[in-house]
Amino acid sequence: MTSSALTQDDEHDDAGHAAPQGFLRRYVWSQDHKVIAVQYACTAIAVGVVGLVLSNLMRLQLGFPGQFEFINAERYYQFVTMHGMIMVIYLLTALFLGGFGNYLIPLMVGARDMVFPYLNMLSFWVYLLSVVVLMASFFVAGGPTGAGWTLYPPQSILPGTPGHGGGIVLMLVSLLIFIVATTMGGLNYATTVLQARCRGMTLLRMPLTVWGIFVATVLALLGFPALFVSGVMLLLDRTVGTSFFMPALVSMGQLSGHKGGSPLLFQHLFWFFGHPEVYIVALPAFGIVSDLISVHARKRIFGYRTMVWAIVAIGGLSVVVWAHHMFVSGMNPYFGFFFATTTLVIAVPTAIKVYNWLLTLWRGDIHLSVPMLFALAFVCTFVIGGLTGLFLGNVSVDIPLSGTYFVVAHFHMVMGVAPLLVVFGGIYHWFPKITGRMLDDRIGRLHFWITFLGTYAIYFPMHYLGVLGMPRRYYNFDGYKFIPPSAFSLNEFITVVALVVGAAQLLFIVNLAWSAWRGRPAGANPWRAASLEWQTPETPPGHGNWGPRLPVAYRWAYAYGVPGAAEDFIAQNAPPQASDDKDDVPVSGAHGAPA
Amino acid sequence: MNADAALRLRGLPRDVRLRDAHASAAGIGLWVFMGVVTALFSLFTVAYVMRMSSGDAVALALPWQLWLSSALLVAGSVALEAASRRVDPARMRRLLLAGGLCAVGFLGVQLWAWGAMAHAQVLPAGNPSGSFFYLLTAMHGLHLAGGLVGWAMAARVAWADPARAGWRIALCARYWHFMLAVWLALFALLGWVTPEVARVLCGTA
Repeated sequence: MTSSALTQDDEHDDAGHAAPQGFLRRYVWSQDHKVIAVQYACTAIAVGVVGLVLSNLMRLQLGFPGQFEFINAERYYQFVTMHGMIMVIYLLTALFLGGFGNYLIPLMVGARDMVFPYLNMLSFWVYLLSVVVLMASFFVAGGPTGAGWTLYPPQSILPGTPGHGGGIVLMLVSLLIFIVATTMGGLNYATTVLQARCRGMTLLRMPLTVWGIFVATVLALLGFPALFVSGVMLLLDRTVGTSFFMPALVSMGQLSGHKGGSPLLFQHLFWFFGHPEVYIVALPAFGIVSDLISVHARKRIFGYRTMVWAIVAIGGLSVVVWAHHMFVSGMNPYFGFFFATTTLVIAVPTAIKVYNWLLTLWRGDIHLSVPMLFALAFVCTFVIGGLTGLFLGNVSVDIPLSGTYFVVAHFHMVMGVAPLLVVFGGIYHWFPKITGRMLDDRIGRLHFWITFLGTYAIYFPMHYLGVLGMPRRYYNFDGYKFIPPSAFSLNEFITVVALVVGAAQLLFIVNLAWSAWRGRPAGANPWRAASLEWQTPETPPGHGNWGPRLPVAYRWAYAYGVPGAAEDFIAQNAPPQASDDKDDVPVSGAHGAPA
Repeated sequence: MNADAALRLRGLPRDVRLRDAHASAAGIGLWVFMGVVTALFSLFTVAYVMRMSSGDAVALALPWQLWLSSALLVAGSVALEAASRRVDPARMRRLLLAGGLCAVGFLGVQLWAWGAMAHAQVLPAGNPSGSFFYLLTAMHGLHLAGGLVGWAMAARVAWADPARAGWRIALCARYWHFMLAVWLALFALLGWVTPEVARVLCGTA
């Protein structure tokens, strides 16, 4: 690794590596965090399109059962599994941490690059390898695993489950590789935030986006080892014949050869990762939405400090709630009580955040730009998904609903749609900085309304299906007398809407591709935002981000509508002004009120 | 005013300032990484205790080679600590080399212990206690082998430019101490947390 040069007070250092020469060094084997971010994002979006197509194939079967012969039961379960794993891990985690984290952390904290640029490059290539291994499982004999995204043993590795041969092995290997990539990236993100902030950028002046990504990174660094442990042990059960998770059982008329293993142990390990994973995705979304709302409402964020502490509290609580995913697996009632309580307690810091967003909007100069539309849609969607979470957090309500479409509706609202709305909002917001050009506004609005209304049309009815008792995970519903014909009509409707929403995402991709070359030139700071990333001397930022001198942060990132200021915002690095005492983070006083 | 001149005015030559920045970042990075590895082995420990509390687990008689490997790891840790405190390049290099060789020796003796266990019919796919023995020692060995990559990078600098090697060797020493602590914890786990103890810990005794 080349010697890096990232001090808090060194204004003349380089980016930790030489300015790249030639196409390969600049765009392929790049150590520049901005290029790596785009590589991460493009790969994640590409693999996300695969996940989207898989979901539409599932919906074809559910809406029009039996009409598409190539979707047999095996393939259906393979689509379910790969859709879930791709969307949660390979799209959302990679995009928020590897994409947004990589691009925004150095720019927002005033650094020239990540502190370990070589490791950063390696992180992307290892991530790409994990994606290639995952995609390879589509082409092995037996196809990809159809064990469900949770990969619960014993069924995940037994004959009878689709893809129990090469599919599950490649899935586990791919996950292990992904964890290595995430760890390399996470080391960089955490160390850069701790070590490479520019002068004046105290922790409590960092934008909430950085706070969200930072705490999510810490969760990833602590949570992914649990997936690693469960993945390694399941892989050994499958390949070597150990019995970590596999009990003695007869499968297809034959003794499996395993003895005494504990499937519950796998569930505990998996969900010890799995629940923080929800917040690995949600916390960056919280941070990004805070910034989008503040910028596009032209108002200081309400309650900055409580926002930071809420992010930290949610991160802390998220590691003591995992067994709420296991209420139907059975547990000591006292444990059920404990996990239900911790689950419901998370509502408190989350509600604080929602109130603070609303109070930031209150009497703000709200610009309904495309990023703002997505941010507002996120708040609605997250509240609705969160409320159904309150239902499911109670053991007695969860048990009858757990196996139904109510759960599908809940987690898609809270973990699927809500973070994706932020992904879109974030891309519409920062695309001008990344490319120097604006995304097309009309296509963006069309994309927003189809996606927002469409996803509600998809998931709202699923709550009713769930309350009706419609089981999830089923390939078809022939012969279930308790399911009324109207439920089938509703499923047809959901499928049609899902196809429309799926197709509408092409608008987004076309917009990205077209605007990157043909879009309206954006200028340096089209949203008139105060945070550091908009103050780079060049747009898109050049190698080393800041030209000859590192910036100095004189205030927080939310100096909007400051009385007496020349404009309605003051950049974070603008020299000290008379109004500064009022617009920095208050030393005392609650809710971001001026000290 | 050019950058070098500006920095000289502050009293330190540019290369020293840059080196300090990188050393500081690498130091924090290593703490973070050690946190990740601690989480990993803590979870392995929890999994071990839960699995060993079931009825089919048996206690293992650990091979004597593990005492030898532990001694080698202690020696490596001491050597690297001493190397990080030396200014004399020749002694520093010798101690650095000794630290690395001790780690290589440790890995060799661990493999020897694997052979002894296999000879005693303790196989990876048999009883969970055997499975965990191989799994935990392999995981620890892989992390130490990864440390040898860092050690090789430090050694390259120590031979090329000893003045720049100090903090690199200090980080190696820190990682070696950490790997020693992890190994002693695993050794104690494998030796003392028998199925009976695991059942007491899990409340199923």
